[in-house]
Parts: sequence; structure tokens; C-alpha cells
Amino acid sequence: MNEQRKIRLATCSLAGCFGCHMSLLDIDEKLFDLLAMVEFDRTPFTDIKHCGPCDIGIVEGGVSNAENVHVLKEFRKNCKVLVAIGACAITGGVPALRNNIDLWDCFQEVYLYEGGLEGNQIPNDPELPLPFDKVYPVYEVVKVDYFLPGCPPSADTIWKFLTDLIEGREPKLDSAMLRYD
Amino acid sequence: MQPHEFPQIEQQLASVFERHGCEANKLLQILREVQEIFHFIPAAAITCIAAHLDVPRTRVEGVAGFYSFLSLKSAGEYRMLFSDNITDQMQGNPELMRYFCHKLWLEPGKVSEDNLLSVDSTSCTGMCDQGPAALVNGWPLTNLDHARLDLIAELIRVRKPVCDWPSLLFEVKDNIRRAGTLLGEPFIPGAALRATLERGSAATLAEMEASGLRGRGGAGFSVARKWSMCRASAGEQHYIVCNADEGEPGTFKDRVLLHSYADLVCEGMTVGARIIGASKGFLYLRGEYRYLLHQLEQVLAQRRAAGLLGRNILGESGFDFDIEIHLGAGAYICGEESALIESLEGKRGRPRKRPPFPVTHGYLDQPTVVDNVETLACAARIAAQGGAWFAAIGTAQSSGSKILSIAGDCARPGIYEYPFGITLQEILDDCGAEDPYAVQVSGPSGILVSAQEFNRCIAFEDLPTAGAFTVFRRGRDLLQLVQNCAHFFAHESCGFCTPCRVGTQLQKKIVDKIANDHGTASDLEELKQLGHIMQTMSHCGLGHTAANPVLDLLQKFPDAYQHKLKKLAFEPAFDLDGALETARNITGRDDAWAHLP
Repeated sequence: MNEQRKIRLATCSLAGCFGCHMSLLDIDEKLFDLLAMVEFDRTPFTDIKHCGPCDIGIVEGGVSNAENVHVLKEFRKNCKVLVAIGACAITGGVPALRNNIDLWDCFQEVYLYEGGLEGNQIPNDPELPLPFDKVYPVYEVVKVDYFLPGCPPSADTIWKFLTDLIEGREPKLDSAMLRYD
Repeated sequence: MQPHEFPQIEQQLASVFERHGCEANKLLQILREVQEIFHFIPAAAITCIAAHLDVPRTRVEGVAGFYSFLSLKSAGEYRMLFSDNITDQMQGNPELMRYFCHKLWLEPGKVSEDNLLSVDSTSCTGMCDQGPAALVNGWPLTNLDHARLDLIAELIRVRKPVCDWPSLLFEVKDNIRRAGTLLGEPFIPGAALRATLERGSAATLAEMEASGLRGRGGAGFSVARKWSMCRASAGEQHYIVCNADEGEPGTFKDRVLLHSYADLVCEGMTVGARIIGASKGFLYLRGEYRYLLHQLEQVLAQRRAAGLLGRNILGESGFDFDIEIHLGAGAYICGEESALIESLEGKRGRPRKRPPFPVTHGYLDQPTVVDNVETLACAARIAAQGGAWFAAIGTAQSSGSKILSIAGDCARPGIYEYPFGITLQEILDDCGAEDPYAVQVSGPSGILVSAQEFNRCIAFEDLPTAGAFTVFRRGRDLLQLVQNCAHFFAHESCGFCTPCRVGTQLQKKIVDKIANDHGTASDLEELKQLGHIMQTMSHCGLGHTAANPVLDLLQKFPDAYQHKLKKLAFEPAFDLDGALETARNITGRDDAWAHLP
């Protein structure tokens, strides 16, 4: 590895809870092994704001608003391999529970019925990400190369998946790693 | 609906209960009658039925929720269901449905405010040769046009009961265009039975073997083998079932056999019963053919009177056999034999694990033979005329003739009987197909054949078929056909296994995406992979075949979809900016960040 260029890895969380990122941290001491093989680009760990050219991009969470699309498209444009990790990225997950509720009803409930700090009004600041009519899974917005299911996938599953990918093997997870009950 | 809205319900259901008794396997038949009385299944009726049959309420509701023709919510006094088979679509049914809804101020799928009627679509009603077709409260309407819909709207407005509507609206023609040995030669009721009794059961089974008769439902299993396996199986009772759940879109041959050759079919069942040792048989009639019920009951009554059914048939002591008609309620999956048996037992139509096969563990876990309507008609002919006669017709591996239901772009749609081995080109010439471009053989679960393959022939060794033969002329949008098939399978999947339940939904979504001009190369790859998963991982034949139209289209008809594709690796299925419109309206924002390119 030492002479070779390190694999560049980027991660982000869209409409997710960062639980998948926490699970990645759960690989514990293997983080050192990981750091020996990869270099982090945009991730919550590095605090880099924009993603540059990468080998692997890992996306947690579904697509809930316009900002999510900008981030996701930047990832797709820059990452050779794009991985959707966790239930929210793959199906919309928990945030998608709002899909059965009318968006106007959501806004009313949040901003009008229970007054906020500035009284009862719907915020319209351009800096706030504008929500979609519903939450979409990542694959409906960009092409996804791999899906890593779980809520979250276990640290061992993520480790196995990443090492397979980094070492150039087709990722293979046995059924124990995909079993949740 | 609260129970107090039907205070008399127990009295109203009493006669239904009396007719069907209190065995749980009568559940579906009871629910069908309740649907006919109330035009839906009231919650109070579910409670009442559960108590009567001594089964959990959830079991009753589970069955009521499974079948398309049973509704748990009020669907109005009149329920119009337009057939959305591809041939009905090509004949203009979508436009007719819009016209009818517009005329009556209705939205498809919703009940009118006065609870008078609802309009919706349904899977193929088996009237492809005389469409556009629909069902009103379960009765078939054929040859629909604007004038007929005006008349129907008026009849509904004045609340005339469907039984008093002009009979012209319900006219169903046989349209037999070419009759062969099965349809063309006269048949004297009792002839096959007399020959069977004279020859003996073992010798008649040997005739079946010699005839080489294979099942006409599509799979082509040897009838003699099926019957002899069932005959050899130990059990308290043996059963024979006639599968008249003709659900494959584009197929309507059984409709004609049951309408005009019911004696032949019943006789085939009785011969089978004699050979396997059954004293009871069922005719599983698809809900769409409920209009044939009365006439079929009459045929059974005549046969009982003539000593061809009942006790000591034809004076043969101990030869007791009778047939009971069981009505389906709108579920394609019940054409699969083990799902059909579940349905016969009054359950949801969910295919069983096989093995054990029905020949050893079928209806009520007893040895059961399930045969297609046409198979049984052939069996009657063979019992009467011998196996060698039958084997002389057709090809080496496909003896006898095949009845085809021809519809689509041809001058003379209808029923055609051919010896096996006939080429598609000959058939297309006979039915007056003008500039044919593709033929769907055996419906959505069958094979989509291109013009380069019109020299192929109908036979188990080349193109096996359950009978559907749908013609498409040059210029037809085959993507529309495939989209129709994808929607059909997604609707009809029983939901039991994940590859089929999820796979058919994903397939529908991707095909829609391509049809809506958002498709890309990666969607085609996704369809192929999905097809492979469904073919290899599904629980039953529905899932195994649900990808056929898509895969055939991809392989044989690139022209039908390539112009629709974007020159990109990927594009979302929906309009990203459009999906922000609601939030823009709510917040009043129109800044750059409130838009997506």
C-alpha cells in the first residue's frame, strides 16, 4: 500500500440520524487499519465542506430537501463508486413516515399550531433547505452502485464491506451479516 | 360501518348460511353472496360470519380483503369495472371510462356521493374478441361504445336493477371461427362414460397414455401420469377439479367451452373421477364468468336426470360422482393449482409449497387432480374415440389440437382450433392480421414473438401456450403492452414472497419511468437483474413469469423503447423541481435555493 495512492473516501448523511456513521465508528481499533488504507475527503470527521474526486462515496439518509440533492449530486459526480448505507438511504426509512402526511399539514403542525420563538409564522429564509413533497430513497435521484442494508448495518458488516471494496473484491456479505432479528 | 346500521343482518344472512352450512371451507362462497346482497361486505357481516363458521374474525376479513371482487367498503349500488386488458385498451376502453366518469361526475375508484355507483378498472374479463368490455355488478358488458354507455348511465340514473337491463348489453358471442376435432365433431352425452365402463378404468388410463394428452393450461404435464399418480395415492377421498379460472389476459377459450361444450367438460371430469376413484368434483369458475353459473347448473341437473351424474352412474353400482361449482372472486393467482385448492377451501389464494403435490395432498389434504377445462374436454373425446385416434393428430410431442383465443389487430378475432404444429404465419393469415409486427403467445406470462419468428409453431416443443394469441400490427406501441403487463403482475401478485411482491412493484415503477421518458441505460440493466431475481427466487409461476414481457421486449424489440431513453447514465423518475412546488407555495419562496435544475 505504502507506495500506492491511498483510496479516497467521502461520507455524508442526508435525511438520516448519523446512526450509520456511529456504526462505522464502532469498528473501534480497526479505524487505525482503515486510516492506513484510506484518506478521508468530505466527511463529518474532517469537516471538509465539499467533496472532491473520490474512489468511494458513502451516503446515509434519504432525500428530503433541495440541499440533499445538491450534496447527493456532488457525491455522484465525484465518486467512482456510490454506496447507499442504511434503511433511510435505501428506502427513505423513518423520515419517509411523513410521506403519508400532507406537507401543508406538517408545516401547520410544526410552525402554526405550536408557536415558535418568533411567533406563529412559516419560515421562509433562503438559507433553509426547502423540503420536497415527500422523502425519496437515494436510488430514485442518482444511480447507486451498492446498497448496504441495516438500521444501522453492524460495524462488522461495514468493515467487511469496506475491506472487500478497498481490496478490489466484489463485496460479499454472508446471511448472518444481513440478519436483524 | 357500525353493526347498528344493519340490525337485521343475522336474519338477512340466515338463508345464505342455510345454503352453505357451517364448514369453514364455504367461507369464500358465503362472502360472494354477501357481496351480492349488500354490494360490499359490511363489518357486521364479518362478525356474523366468523361466529357462524366458528373461525377468527381476522380469517374472514383476511379472505374478504384478498379477492378483487369483494370490497370491505361500500362501492355503491352499481359497480362498473372496465376491463384493462391490452386489447380492451387498444379498443378504446381508457377513453370510454373517462367519458363515462365525466358524464356521471365521477372519479375512478371513488363512490358517488349518493352512494349510487363507483367506476374502476379490472384485469382482463375474457371478452377480448368482443371488447371493449366491462363488468357491472359482476355481469359482463360487451362491445361498449358511447351510445351504450349513455344507455347504461340512464339505466343507473333511474336505478333499474341490472337483471332488468336490455339483454343486448350482455350478449356474449362464441365467435368460433375454426373448429377441429374437439369443437367440430358431434358428441353424445354419455358416450365417453359408456366406453370407459365397457373398457374398464385401467384400460381407459392406458388409452390416455397412448393418446399422449398433455395439460392444456400451459405447463403440459402428462394427463395419464397425473391421473395414475392420483389413482395410486392413498386417501380417504379423491377429488377431481376443473380449473376454469381462466385469468391469463387474452384467454377466452374456456368461456366458450363452458358455454357451448359444458357436457363434454363434465363428461371428461366424470371419466377422470372414475379412473382416480373420486366421488366428488369441483368446477372452479372464475368470478368474471359468474354469468355462466345458472346455465352450468342446468347442465349438471340434466346430467343428473340422465343418470350421468349422481349415484350409480349409468346403472354401474357404486359409481357415484357429482360436481359442485365453486365461484372465484377476481384473483389471477387462483389459476395456479395449489392456490386454486386453497381458494376452494375458502382461504386466501396463496400458492402452497410443492412438494407435496396435489395428486397426493390436494383439497383437504386428499389426493386431487386439477385439470384445465380444455384438457378435460380432450379426455372425454379420448375416452370415447380412443388414444390412437388422438395421437395421430398434431406433432410427436404435442398430440391433438389446441384451441386459441385470438384477439388484437386482426379482422376476425375469436376461437380457432388447430392441430399442434401450426405456424404463427398460417394462423395470422387465417385471422386476417394486417401487417402483423408482434404476437403475444399465451398472454403476459407467455412469450412475445417478433415478425422474424412467425415461422415458429404452436407446440410444447416450440411455443407452448395456454391459448391466448394477441396480435399487434406495425405501429403499435409495444412499450404500452409491456407497461400493461407490468401493472397487471404488480396488481395480481399475492404478496406472499418478497421477490415477487417487491419485484413486480419495482418492475412496474421502472417500466413507467421509461414510458414517461425518464429512462436511461442503467434502468434497462436494473430490469434485467430484477427479472433474473424474480425468475429464480419467486415462490410460484406468477413470479417466475412476471418478467417475461419486459425481458422479451428488451431482447427483441429495441425500437420500441430506445427512442424513449435519455442519453445519460441515469435520470430520476420524477421531476425534482416539481417536487419542491408544494413547499414553495407554502413558504412563498422563489429564491435560487428554492429551485433545482
